[in-house]
Amino acid sequence: MKKIFIILCCCLLTVVSFSQKVYQTKSAKISFFSSTPLQNIEATNNEGSSKLSTNGQVVMMIAIRSFVFENSLMQEHFNENYMESDKFPKAIFMGNITNLADINFSKDGTYTANVEGSLEIHGVKNNIKTQVEINIKQNKITAKTSFSINVKDYGIKGNYIGSKIAKTIKIAVNAIYE
Amino acid sequence: MNRSIICFILFITSSLAGFGQEEDIFNSAKKEAENDLKNKTVYTIATFKNSRLINGHSIETVGRGLMDFRIHHRFGYLNQGVNDLFGLDNAITYIGFDFGLTDRLMIGFSRSSYLKQLETFAKYKLLRQSTGKISMPISVTLMTAATLRTGKQTDSVYKKTVSDRMAYTAQLIIARKFSENFSLQVMPTFVHFNMVPGLDDPNNLFSIGMGVRQKVSHRVSVNAEYYYQTNNFSGYTNSLALGVDIETGGHVFQLHLTNSTGMTAPSFIHQTTGKWDNGDIHFGFNVSRIFNIKKKNS
Repeated sequence: MKKIFIILCCCLLTVVSFSQKVYQTKSAKISFFSSTPLQNIEATNNEGSSKLSTNGQVVMMIAIRSFVFENSLMQEHFNENYMESDKFPKAIFMGNITNLADINFSKDGTYTANVEGSLEIHGVKNNIKTQVEINIKQNKITAKTSFSINVKDYGIKGNYIGSKIAKTIKIAVNAIYE
Repeated sequence: MNRSIICFILFITSSLAGFGQEEDIFNSAKKEAENDLKNKTVYTIATFKNSRLINGHSIETVGRGLMDFRIHHRFGYLNQGVNDLFGLDNAITYIGFDFGLTDRLMIGFSRSSYLKQLETFAKYKLLRQSTGKISMPISVTLMTAATLRTGKQTDSVYKKTVSDRMAYTAQLIIARKFSENFSLQVMPTFVHFNMVPGLDDPNNLFSIGMGVRQKVSHRVSVNAEYYYQTNNFSGYTNSLALGVDIETGGHVFQLHLTNSTGMTAPSFIHQTTGKWDNGDIHFGFNVSRIFNIKKKNS
């Protein structure tokens, strides 16, 4: 009897606990842009996998190898010399929405979420803060943000002869969660 | 039994209580990252730095929409002494234009001043080394070339026709990138000469090449290339070359020492007369410059 009661309690608890909803996507678009005196470099990755939970947790992962450049030589240099993507195949962001009270996931509208968390690129973790524009419409969430990072914070060196890469890189993210 | 069930239930409830908030997507993220990588095919890149290893081809092709403009130089033999500045007074030049039609197929056109040859070749990546969903231990590339000898033929009494002056090459290039720094390739090669130098010389020649690359830094690698001829024109030697690749963005500079004078496949494999132990060594370099001629539609 007691056992059954405990089991029931358990069931109840889990039911309560999963009232939280997790939205996800496998096709978040991440692009970065860097400008040097020599040339502008731009690359896009349409295969970001991301989860957004109504408890405020946000996770985003991208395969570095999925970035597409305008030419395959740039892509090879990016993967081999700068990002060392065989050693560090993924970039991962894990963070939280710090102003969760301002966002009503069950009501359509546009919200600004402050997101803080750790971004791991090239095997190095750094904390970042960014504002994300969240648009909720019929249970679909569109999230947009852009922020800049310093290349040297992530230990990315080009060791390029006679060439420099930009010190900062602008990253833009656009994801549609369901 | 009972106790274990109760323990289990207690464990579950306590862990739930501990969270206050339930499904923690941080915990599952790492696991998913690993699964994602397993379900994706990742092709090995940069087995070699360039489409040529030293004299001959590597498995690499030029990417789609790119043109590779190449200048190869072989100076004279080092043993020519100070009077010829150790060979630097004489140079054999090769100029080539290679085009990447797709990411797996490339064609190239070139002229080499050795025997005043014109050459055209095509190269296709049959297999690509990969990990993940499709796992492939080796890369295999097929290279075929047609070489025409032009210019005055002073070594023959009768006038040779175009077909007499042709040679054809078919080559299978099998490579594996063993680590970030070490790659190896094996090149079984068949060359057919329509006309040969001696009466008893074969028209069909086979050889097996071997090439290695060892990176010493991000931008610099050390290479070696050797072709063993299973049958050869009498009096001709095997080709051996040692080199260094230096990469600077769009350029690759390849500096090397080799006993081969020719720079087209039939010539350097089967028409090499220099002997390393005689000091018949050419200092030479290849310069490769990649140009974007077509934007990639991403």
